[in-house]
Amino acid sequence: MALDKPYLNIPGTTIFDAEQSRKGYHLNQFCMSLMKAANRERFKTDPRAYLDGWPMSEEQKQAVLDMDLNRAMALGGNIYFLAKIGATHGLSFQQMAGSMTGMSEEEYRAMMLSGGRSVEGNRFIGEDGDAQAQHQPQGRAARKTGN
Amino acid sequence: MARITASVYTSHVPAIGAAMDLGKTQEPYWQPLFKGYDFSRQWLKENQPDVIFLVYNDHATAFSLDMIPTFAIGTAAQYQPADEGFGPRPVPQVIGHPELASHIAQSVIQQDFDLTIVNNMPVDHGLTVPLSLMCGQLDPVTQAWPCPVIPFAVNVVQYPVPSGQRCFNLGQAIRKAVESFDEDLNVQIWGTGGMSHQLQGPRAGLINRQWDNAWLDQLIADPAACAQVPHIEYVREAGSEGIELVMWLIARGAMADVAGGPPPRVAHRFYHVPASNTAVGHLILENN
Repeated sequence: MALDKPYLNIPGTTIFDAEQSRKGYHLNQFCMSLMKAANRERFKTDPRAYLDGWPMSEEQKQAVLDMDLNRAMALGGNIYFLAKIGATHGLSFQQMAGSMTGMSEEEYRAMMLSGGRSVEGNRFIGEDGDAQAQHQPQGRAARKTGN
Repeated sequence: MARITASVYTSHVPAIGAAMDLGKTQEPYWQPLFKGYDFSRQWLKENQPDVIFLVYNDHATAFSLDMIPTFAIGTAAQYQPADEGFGPRPVPQVIGHPELASHIAQSVIQQDFDLTIVNNMPVDHGLTVPLSLMCGQLDPVTQAWPCPVIPFAVNVVQYPVPSGQRCFNLGQAIRKAVESFDEDLNVQIWGTGGMSHQLQGPRAGLINRQWDNAWLDQLIADPAACAQVPHIEYVREAGSEGIELVMWLIARGAMADVAGGPPPRVAHRFYHVPASNTAVGHLILENN
């Protein structure tokens, strides 16, 4: 019998469950290795060579090289693990979270200062809130792509 | 006998620790947040516990995907602040209370909660940021936290996390365990994490002020009902990381009223948006 996963109908959200965890094991363990200063240096010096030392999929490696966190999460990454890559590059949690919305750093910061993203329209897929698929990317990036 | 005298609840946003470590607390962005803890720092000085039982979650620091304990109790003599990728926070090491921690572990396991016992773990911002918020800036070498701390880590990283109901029941078991310890100790239990926040995906930045405050009202006045809030409501209403709030129910379950005593006194309540990506909530409840 299938497991009950009521969280699959929340827009713009990936829940790190056992299935995602299994997919992302090596990706996330690579991230853990960046908690040692010497490994951070090795990774920064030659990211590709460092990644090739891990049994990750090519797609996962590319997502890391591109710092495409949405892609990394879809491939099993978890934000608390992926945050170690951000820390290695000197990025804050706010910069990392913001990067997943398409907004610029300033736009995302301004949204948070004005009270954050509203839950209205963002509870269920199919509503019309700003986190819904039809409204990506958000911010100025949207106007550039003509969305 | 040991007894729980009060519970403290607070968010544990890493940026708050960074703001303190980098001397930014007086900047306009951070000032209103730290002002909300002025009362709390004075309160802690006047109500100094012998031990703090600190419920928090590890953020892929001590526990990678190699091991994912749902409930882990620290029984070590000391814990070092972790290097989470920026180098360790410049805060004092955390002194444990192995005797009380081992006693609680044995008692709580005998009450049917399967705890993982940990004797060696670094502690991350989930534990050190609440201490910094409540104790202020301390020199890592010449100063110390005001008392020993028992770290209690809850898995809220890999879904499913324990339910609010299970956390609430666990809090009741911890209360019994503390009260069966012979030494006279004043114990505070702290529940940390939350409130509404989502750190990932196009829905990142979600804040739900209305839901957070209704949840706080219910946590104070009717914790048994609050314990029944299902996982999916936390995720949908308070964001994927808002689910950390189940940890507050462990602390709330350990209060006297849940065991038939009088309702707690609300000594302090504070709410502020934002700290980085997060809505910050803070409560102090005293047993009467």
